[in-house]
Amino acid sequence: MKPEHKSTDQSLSGPGLEFVGLSKVQGPLIVIDNIRDVGFGERVEVVTATGETRQGRVLAVSEKAAVVEVFHGTSGLDQSKTRVRFLGRPFELVVSKEEILGRIFSGLGMPIDGGPAPFQGESRNVNGLPINPVARAYPEDFIQTGISTIDGMNTLVRGQKLPIFSGSGLPHNDLAMQIVRQARILTEESGFAIIFAAMGVRHDEAEAFRKSFEESGVLNNVAMFLNLADDPAVERLIAPRVALTAAEFLAFEEGLHVLVILTDMTNYCEALREVATAKGEVPSRKGYPGYLYSDLASIYERAGRIHGRKGSVTQIPILTMPDDDITHPIPDLTGYITEGQIVLDRTLFRKGIYPPVNVLPSLSRLMSDGIGEGKTREDHKNLSSQLYAAYSKAKQVERLASIIGEEDLSPTDKKYFEFSKEFENRFVNQAKDENRSIFDTLDLGWELVMILPRSELVRVTEEEIEKYGKASHTGYQEQPDKDKGRT
Amino acid sequence: MKDTNQGPTPLVTYISGPVVKAKPAHLLSMNEMVEVGEDRLVGEVIGLEGETATIQVYEDTVGIKPGTRVFGQSIPLFAELGPGLIGQIFDGIQRPLDLLKEQWGDFIKRGKTSAALLRDKLWHFEPLVEKGSSVSPGMAIGQVKETEAIIHKILVPPGISGTVKDIAPDGHYTLEDKVAEVEVRPGEAKGLKMFHRWPVRQPRPYKKRFMPSIPLLTGQRVIDTFFPLAKGGTAAIPGGFGTGKTVTQHQLSKWADADIIIYIGCGERGNEMTGVLTDFPKLLDPRTQRPLIERTVLIANTSDMPVAAREASIYTGITMAEYFRDQGYDVALMADSTSRWAEALREISGRLEEMPAEEGFPAYLASRLAAFYERAGQVETLSGDRGSVSLIGAVSPPGGDFSEPVTMHTKRFVQCFWALDKELASARYFPAINYLNSYSAYVEAVSKWWQQTTSPEWRELRDKAVEILQEDAKLQNIVKLLGEEALPDDQRRIIEGAKLIKNDFLQQSAFDPVDTYCPPLKQFYLLKVIMHFIDRLQDVVMARVPLFRAMELPVVEKIHRAKYTIKGEEIEPFLQIMKETDEQIDALIEKNREPYHET
Repeated sequence: MKPEHKSTDQSLSGPGLEFVGLSKVQGPLIVIDNIRDVGFGERVEVVTATGETRQGRVLAVSEKAAVVEVFHGTSGLDQSKTRVRFLGRPFELVVSKEEILGRIFSGLGMPIDGGPAPFQGESRNVNGLPINPVARAYPEDFIQTGISTIDGMNTLVRGQKLPIFSGSGLPHNDLAMQIVRQARILTEESGFAIIFAAMGVRHDEAEAFRKSFEESGVLNNVAMFLNLADDPAVERLIAPRVALTAAEFLAFEEGLHVLVILTDMTNYCEALREVATAKGEVPSRKGYPGYLYSDLASIYERAGRIHGRKGSVTQIPILTMPDDDITHPIPDLTGYITEGQIVLDRTLFRKGIYPPVNVLPSLSRLMSDGIGEGKTREDHKNLSSQLYAAYSKAKQVERLASIIGEEDLSPTDKKYFEFSKEFENRFVNQAKDENRSIFDTLDLGWELVMILPRSELVRVTEEEIEKYGKASHTGYQEQPDKDKGRT
Repeated sequence: MKDTNQGPTPLVTYISGPVVKAKPAHLLSMNEMVEVGEDRLVGEVIGLEGETATIQVYEDTVGIKPGTRVFGQSIPLFAELGPGLIGQIFDGIQRPLDLLKEQWGDFIKRGKTSAALLRDKLWHFEPLVEKGSSVSPGMAIGQVKETEAIIHKILVPPGISGTVKDIAPDGHYTLEDKVAEVEVRPGEAKGLKMFHRWPVRQPRPYKKRFMPSIPLLTGQRVIDTFFPLAKGGTAAIPGGFGTGKTVTQHQLSKWADADIIIYIGCGERGNEMTGVLTDFPKLLDPRTQRPLIERTVLIANTSDMPVAAREASIYTGITMAEYFRDQGYDVALMADSTSRWAEALREISGRLEEMPAEEGFPAYLASRLAAFYERAGQVETLSGDRGSVSLIGAVSPPGGDFSEPVTMHTKRFVQCFWALDKELASARYFPAINYLNSYSAYVEAVSKWWQQTTSPEWRELRDKAVEILQEDAKLQNIVKLLGEEALPDDQRRIIEGAKLIKNDFLQQSAFDPVDTYCPPLKQFYLLKVIMHFIDRLQDVVMARVPLFRAMELPVVEKIHRAKYTIKGEEIEPFLQIMKETDEQIDALIEKNREPYHET
């Protein structure tokens, strides 16, 4: 079988080089021999014997052969009749504000809502380019999500990438939707957009998101890129990149503040592993390729702000931790790249607490620059630190109580025990439509720390206790006697 | 760079990510720098086999086709060393990022760029040698005041010695101007400019090494007092994500008492480098009162920038560090993170289809790490000066597991190990350096300095504090099972004492304007105040006064606040606290004596 080669101008995708016949098909990969003038990373169209067109990308190329990954899978490909067209350019998305927002696309950026493909704007390489660190503006604008555990203790700021680490069955989608509905900037109102990229999620999950956008009346500001559970796995590798290309365009050229939801990154990583294994690469941890970190970084780093440009890209990736294991390579490498993480916890979930955010392993690295006087309130930093210290100590006390019994705790420890319960039931717990202002959150925090004896409050200053602690009347007692137990 | 458009060039035969193969190989040599294609993507030859050369390309290779030309540069990957380094931010192969921004805008594209150091800037050159003097490698022929804080010495490059035939007079010159001519052999003269090139993978020569003995002060109490680093020493900061590696590295680069700081952001977040770029021009060096940026060189190869350049960034950085060392400066280099560098090695190794060792890392991981850390040291330079390079590498162990290959091998080659702890971090206890797992081999070496600077009792005080923490760790096992209440007062004294050491000494806020930097004298007196209080608790226990009464004394509150309230090198307030401690504890014992006798 000798592949023939001819130039073609007939396809919709414009000129390209076409070759017929495959020398090898393995998993999602095909090998085409006797090629010429093919570049690394080029976009490929694979036309089956029955005339169906599939998308692909060049993974490696030598003088004689090219290895191509096919996004819609290789099943049904014929070794001799399959035609492969090399388009001479990388994967691209046509970007224009009017033609993207309010629309639904496939994971490869093709419209699936019945509307026409965008054609007015420029074509952009979906791989994007790294932002020059010199050009970045440091994220420091507080976003109020109305959720106490986030606003009070793991503050989200504009241009941040803050993932939700979840587990199967936990309400991460509800939390993400609530954030989308409630997110506000305290200081200004300006144009915003939401980009939703689904990777291997179920139809009903995607539909729930769509409905939620519709109900809050933002559907016209949303673009959805959907690769659902029954869509080809390899397409998941392109979906977040297409979505982020749209996000970067809307943010840095149209001046919008863009919130990007990427769900579920675990499915993305699994697709990456599948391709890597098919290529016969040396695996590192748990079979994932050694470049998983760099690959994830090329997605997560596409968030931020740029000097002299109005918009911003804020990312909330969602991932489910396999077996709730935070040391699994996917959450682990994600945590090393993103600016913190919101960790959902099964124990809290079982207690009926929503959102079941475990604040102890949660973190927002950009928090300290987004809070404080002029942004939220002067006492925010210290109060949050005090809440962390108290809750961490309270958890130790709970462990102790499970051994020696609650009754035998020292008076101070009993206060911690009480604090822990109140904290979980009142601070962490809130209704799905409860939108707390940052000031409500902080006042509630004060009310809770004041349960503890004054001598335990080492992270807040005397002045702050005077000013804010005493103001939160209910928790404060005039003469807390620490030698006595809880009354 | 040499124009090699003429003559035959090797052609690309294979491309997979950053790895490119080219033929014929005889036109290239090992580790030679190359440029690929008309876009001139920078790369380096990393293997020669038969007629095929393997090249790692430092930029994105999308679109490169077989048959593309490869241009050899006839020299190994190098760094440009001369005035213009300080205050700059470069990528992993020393491309100046601010010039890239001018050239390409906000996003980093690929291809040929301007040279690392500005060619048209005028520098004020002052000659230090005269016509006829004989010069040897490493000698300063002149100097340039690069910033208010740094005098940049113009060194004779390694390999050149002879008689000065000509030297430029005091005046303003660009880097391209010849400032001296040296007759290396009769009739053969070499022109010297203010900069020279040095292959980054090759350590710069020096005369001899000294044993490190002077502490590299960082203003961080847990480091300086408990696990000190010496000038010319090596340290590793391992920790899972969110344990504060980067904040610790930033603190060290802000406050370390080195003359020059080289900060390498190796495969880390873009926003972190932006943070450094916004902070450093504003913060003042506590010693010179000049902005920190005037002593800092930044190298940023963020995680989304090409992976091969990440591998090179470590070498680019250490070469600059050695260059300033050769001028007689104490240099501290922070690499955040060496794990990302090791991963870059792994990625390239995988693409070369090498046989992997542990967790897919190449078998040469350990030797590369060793070679890197060995480039630290306090040395006598070629010209007889003393200079040092201290290396501080962050390590990011997957899953926070210290038994993984990068942490394990790093541990073999460093003298200081500052282990970050997830549990401390989640209680927002910073710096989250675990005082039980960390160690420093320099305690002995720097004791003399501390004792001369603060007090002869420094060592004893420090060792006692460490002992209390260790005893506390043992007691905590019991507390976990039975509660603090179950312990007798003499053991609770240890627990309370350890609490004071942990909360009021070891814990240090990076964001508090006073506490962020703690000078040595303050460190000593703060510890002394705490240890004095703990000593006096012994009397309380002996007098059978309930321990909690002592913990309620007003002076305890003063001890809690001391790190925030007492500024600079003040000693008096500390002596005052000690005096109050004595008064209040004596009074407490006195007050309780009678009711005790009554019973």
